Amino acid sequence: MKPRTRWEAVCTVDDLVPESGIAVWTEDGPVAVFYLPHRLPALFAISHTDPFSGANVLARGITGDLKREPVVASPLYKQHFSLRTGVCLEDESVRVKTYPVLLDGNQIRLEVPEIRRDSIAA
Amino acid sequence: MSTKTLIVVGNGMVGHHFLEQFCASPAAADFQIIVFGEEKQLAYDRVHLSEYFGGSTHADLAMGTVEWYSEQGIQLHLNEQVTGIDRDNQVLETPRGSYRYDELVLATGSYPFVPPIQGNDHPHCLVYRTLDDLDAIRASASGARTGVVVGGGLLGLEAANALKCLGLEAHVVEFAPRLMPVQLDTDGGALLRHKIEELGVQVHTEKATTDITEGEDARLRMNFSDQSFLETDLIVFSAGIRPQDALARASGLAIGERGGIVIDNHCATSDPHIHAIGECALWEQKIFGLVAPGYTMARTLSAALNGDRESAFTGADMSTKLKLLGVDVGSIGDAHAQTPGARNIRFNDEQAGHYRRMVISEDGKTLLGAILVGDNSHYDTLLQYALNGITLPENPETLILPESQGGAPALGPDALPETASICSCHNVTKGDICTAIDAGCSDLGSVKAETKASTGCGGCTALLKNVVDCELEKRGVEVSKDLCEHFPYSRQELFHLVKVNGIRTFRTLIRQHGTGQGCDICKPVVGSILASCWNEHILATDHVPLQDTNDTFMANMQKNGTYSIVPRIPGGEITPDKLIVLGQVAKEYDLYTKITGGQRVDLFGATLSQLPEIWEKLIAAGFETGHAYGKSLRTVKSCVGSTWCRYGVQDSVGMAIRLEDRYKGLRAPHKVKMAVSGCTRECAEAQSKDFGVIATENGWNLYVCGNGGMRPRHADLFATDLSDEELIRTIDRVVMFYVRTADRLQRTSVWMENLEGGLDYLKQVVLEDSLGIGAELEEHMEGIVDTYQCEWKTAVEDPEKRKRFREFVNAPSQTDPVQEWTVERGQRRPVLESA
Repeated sequence: MKPRTRWEAVCTVDDLVPESGIAVWTEDGPVAVFYLPHRLPALFAISHTDPFSGANVLARGITGDLKREPVVASPLYKQHFSLRTGVCLEDESVRVKTYPVLLDGNQIRLEVPEIRRDSIAA
Repeated sequence: MSTKTLIVVGNGMVGHHFLEQFCASPAAADFQIIVFGEEKQLAYDRVHLSEYFGGSTHADLAMGTVEWYSEQGIQLHLNEQVTGIDRDNQVLETPRGSYRYDELVLATGSYPFVPPIQGNDHPHCLVYRTLDDLDAIRASASGARTGVVVGGGLLGLEAANALKCLGLEAHVVEFAPRLMPVQLDTDGGALLRHKIEELGVQVHTEKATTDITEGEDARLRMNFSDQSFLETDLIVFSAGIRPQDALARASGLAIGERGGIVIDNHCATSDPHIHAIGECALWEQKIFGLVAPGYTMARTLSAALNGDRESAFTGADMSTKLKLLGVDVGSIGDAHAQTPGARNIRFNDEQAGHYRRMVISEDGKTLLGAILVGDNSHYDTLLQYALNGITLPENPETLILPESQGGAPALGPDALPETASICSCHNVTKGDICTAIDAGCSDLGSVKAETKASTGCGGCTALLKNVVDCELEKRGVEVSKDLCEHFPYSRQELFHLVKVNGIRTFRTLIRQHGTGQGCDICKPVVGSILASCWNEHILATDHVPLQDTNDTFMANMQKNGTYSIVPRIPGGEITPDKLIVLGQVAKEYDLYTKITGGQRVDLFGATLSQLPEIWEKLIAAGFETGHAYGKSLRTVKSCVGSTWCRYGVQDSVGMAIRLEDRYKGLRAPHKVKMAVSGCTRECAEAQSKDFGVIATENGWNLYVCGNGGMRPRHADLFATDLSDEELIRTIDRVVMFYVRTADRLQRTSVWMENLEGGLDYLKQVVLEDSLGIGAELEEHMEGIVDTYQCEWKTAVEDPEKRKRFREFVNAPSQTDPVQEWTVERGQRRPVLESA
């Protein structure tokens, strides 16, 4: 069964930086949201945590494309991660979490696993 | 076991080269080697002797080190003159003892010829050959105003340059009707004279000195046979050399009529156990007064002592290419057309100051010789035609005509035969280079390391690069200069496209000249090029996504994702109040604090969102950004200089601050470091920097393209005794030329080594303005200086830019959960394990 999810509003269009990333805090931890205005789709969201260093830095990497695949390069050790699949191009066994993202009016929303508040309460 | 003894008398360039060759050969194991040198210093580079007055020391000019000699097990006796050879008992005598030899090598070189003129023994009459001679000239020059060189040949003009370096009014007196009579003809000599006189050296030809007497207005007066006279404070005789054969003569070896130790094709003298090499040796009635033939003899002898009777010395090419007082002079083969039937083609452009003459065979098919004055760019091609007997084209004049008048381009490396000599210093042929490439060398650097080509005088650098590139291409190795998959151009080409087309954004550039969206290779490169060209704020909307994180957030990211901060402390000078502010800020934010190697303070552990707050405080205290995050000027290190130091001769701190303030913020292909030392003690370690400045009594000496770190490189002396303004103008030009032409992430040291023509070419471009871009480079630099802004000041004042520093845009109070800290030696440090 697919875990229950919800579309969390994380920021507005004005917070985005074209051709670059920003970091948001979600119930699922830190996430990097990228806005590539010259692509379709133009929005991508992946985990902000660099799996190689453990540091929360991926939103601060340089974006681009390698053989047409949209990527971000980790600012620490420069590995490339696919913005579509989260797979590391240098080491395919490493993958960062990706999140569906959509534009809802002026809001950017991410699909994150729902935390069952009733169960927490119980 | 060493059973036999080999003694080398003479420790000059040729003697040293012989030792290098012999010690690397199998026979070295059979010999104990003893070396005697008359001078007190180890062998040094006499070819570049005049650099001694430009700030070079014996260590700079030295050919080897004492350590090398001891590693080879060589017994070195410097400052010990050999007084006799007892050939019957094979024993060598010196004032300190007797030494038995099995094989003896005489590499005693030559001595300067002093014409027999009455008064030539005056204490201010000197010669130009050894470092001791140069010290004597320097001593004599103090208190002197004018100096005369007797002899207008190659060495005489070098000596005149040395006098000029010492600040004297220099004269050259030549007996022949023209300068360099051996190498040049009348027209060439006249042009050289004109150029040298323009540089302030006065030339007097057809002057025979009759005697030297006390002067009236100067120390000495030279009286000439035409009744004229010249007054001067010192005289340097440079009227040719004579082989130093006294020892050989006294021991009864065969000597030529006009001197020189007679040798055969294997460098053996009339005594089979005694050998002679270099300028003391006479082969087929000829003395070779150049270093390359001496090296050839050294190699031949080393082979002979290894039992190789195949290699033989068969004469040497006496072609020369040099720069005298900054003027190109080249002479190849039969320059005076003495071959019967030889014909001449001359090109003489008095306007541009270029003279070229080709001497061709009667049938017009081969090049016999050539003369070049004012521009040596045709030298390599002509030399290859002459040396290899390559058939001349149908219209041979095209070889020396300017391209605009139908001149042919330089001879392609493909046209050279396998036997063509590329590097004459180390005797490397095109065939040797091909062999090296076939054995796996795949770039210029590895070919140089493998063959030693171009590691001698460096004159063949450009030719070598062409041959290597051409051979690699033939083998299908693509010599790709492409930056990345998005741009089929090198950084230099992209720079050109941006500049020429006035491109101001990455998108325009990639749309017009590239493909795709870009990547972390090309984006920062283009960002740097745009900054170098237009100097807009790096956080301008279009530029943000181009920068590495360090540039984007104007701080240096550390392994846990936090940043370090380095404020600018120009010249390392800081007031106590500012120092206190640094301490207060560090304490407030619990920043780990460390002094850097560049005389600054580095504050570690700031989070992204703390950066603007911290900078607000630093800016309020008068600090500016230190650009430690950028590919740009880092620091200008300085010693305390004449303000405090007993030894300082200039205000090094003042100059360091001036330089730092000028070049701060400039975006370059890589980081740039500078330093200024207040005297030759060099406490600021300027010679390990990209730009090093060392104070002299008369101004500043500039060194360029040094490096510390992973790949240390001693900087090269570039210009001497510059005034403040000259210094800045020169650095402006070199810096901008580097910014424009270097590859991505190429430090100045590597850039210079890869520049075709190397240091000499850089000097031509910058000091002689050979490309005519000097003014443009200065203007470009001036534009950057005028548009400088402290990036941090601009950023903290702009709410839009400050938004970028939110750690999580939707949760301002959320701290980064991965940052865990511990305390070590009283300061905070991250716990995080790195990958």
